[in-house]
Amino acid sequence: MQVVVNISLKEGVLDPQGRAIEHSLRGLGFQEVSEVRVGKQITLDIDEADPARLHQRVARMCETLLSNTVIEDYVIEIVEQE
Amino acid sequence: MSMSAMRVVIAVFPGSNCDRDMMVAMEQLTGRRPQLVWHKETTLDPFDLIIIPGGFSFGDYLRCGALAGRSPVMDAVMDHAARGGAVLGVCNGFQVLTETGMLPGVLLRNAGLNYVCRDTRIKVGDTIASPFTSGLAVGTELTIPVAHNEGNYFASDDDLNRLEDNGQIAFTYVESDIHGPANPNGAAKDIAGIVSPNGRVMGMMPHPERAMTPSIGGGDGALLLSTCLEALAS
Repeated sequence: MQVVVNISLKEGVLDPQGRAIEHSLRGLGFQEVSEVRVGKQITLDIDEADPARLHQRVARMCETLLSNTVIEDYVIEIVEQE
Repeated sequence: MSMSAMRVVIAVFPGSNCDRDMMVAMEQLTGRRPQLVWHKETTLDPFDLIIIPGGFSFGDYLRCGALAGRSPVMDAVMDHAARGGAVLGVCNGFQVLTETGMLPGVLLRNAGLNYVCRDTRIKVGDTIASPFTSGLAVGTELTIPVAHNEGNYFASDDDLNRLEDNGQIAFTYVESDIHGPANPNGAAKDIAGIVSPNGRVMGMMPHPERAMTPSIGGGDGALLLSTCLEALAS
């Protein structure tokens, strides 16, 4: 199964990268932009057919390595396959 | 134990780049060459102090220190710390220690978005008993360089209050005549270094191993490291 993990900075955690991008966008004339935040997306192929077990395993991966839960939140999305 | 009997180990990861500077610094102080240990090692010879050096372990992939923090050698480091052993993490080493959870918080991208490489002035905090600060009077100021892109210490308000209440804030950036803001990276509470609740694990962003000789960058790093070694040896 293919899994997509979206990792984003928690609310309240300063995102200087997002702020720089926002600044640059405004410089390009996109005045309507605000609250730019940068996250990351990790895709994984996992040899596990049972969705519940899959979710549990990926959550473990997120907790132990993929995200730092002090500053980041993660969302797990299981991509349906034909 | 004398300082020359101190067995110092330096963990080396792919991308570490201050391991050799630290080795030279330690040898200068103890007269004994520290052992460099590759990150894949799981069984280490007995040692008194293990140092996680600066650099860009694993290319800073995923997050600074994240992959190094899960390296095989870190089990030995954590076992050592659990037995009350001394651990020092400098710069990327500090990032690694936070990633393992041995120290609270995390080092974020510098608030100014720039890589900062220059001297900083730091002050010894009113710290709990710790070999890393016990040889220096509270309020002692040292000039030690930083060189990092992610040194912006961040922790929850609860953790920050706990660090303060427990006396775990070892070093803070302070005003001086050095060009640029006192706090080079936006770190919460101007934190430059913290220790674990038992004082035996320290992480700091400034590089004492780069301030070992008055003729090259100053000698305050030598002062800091020698007092650590003396405290650990006594």
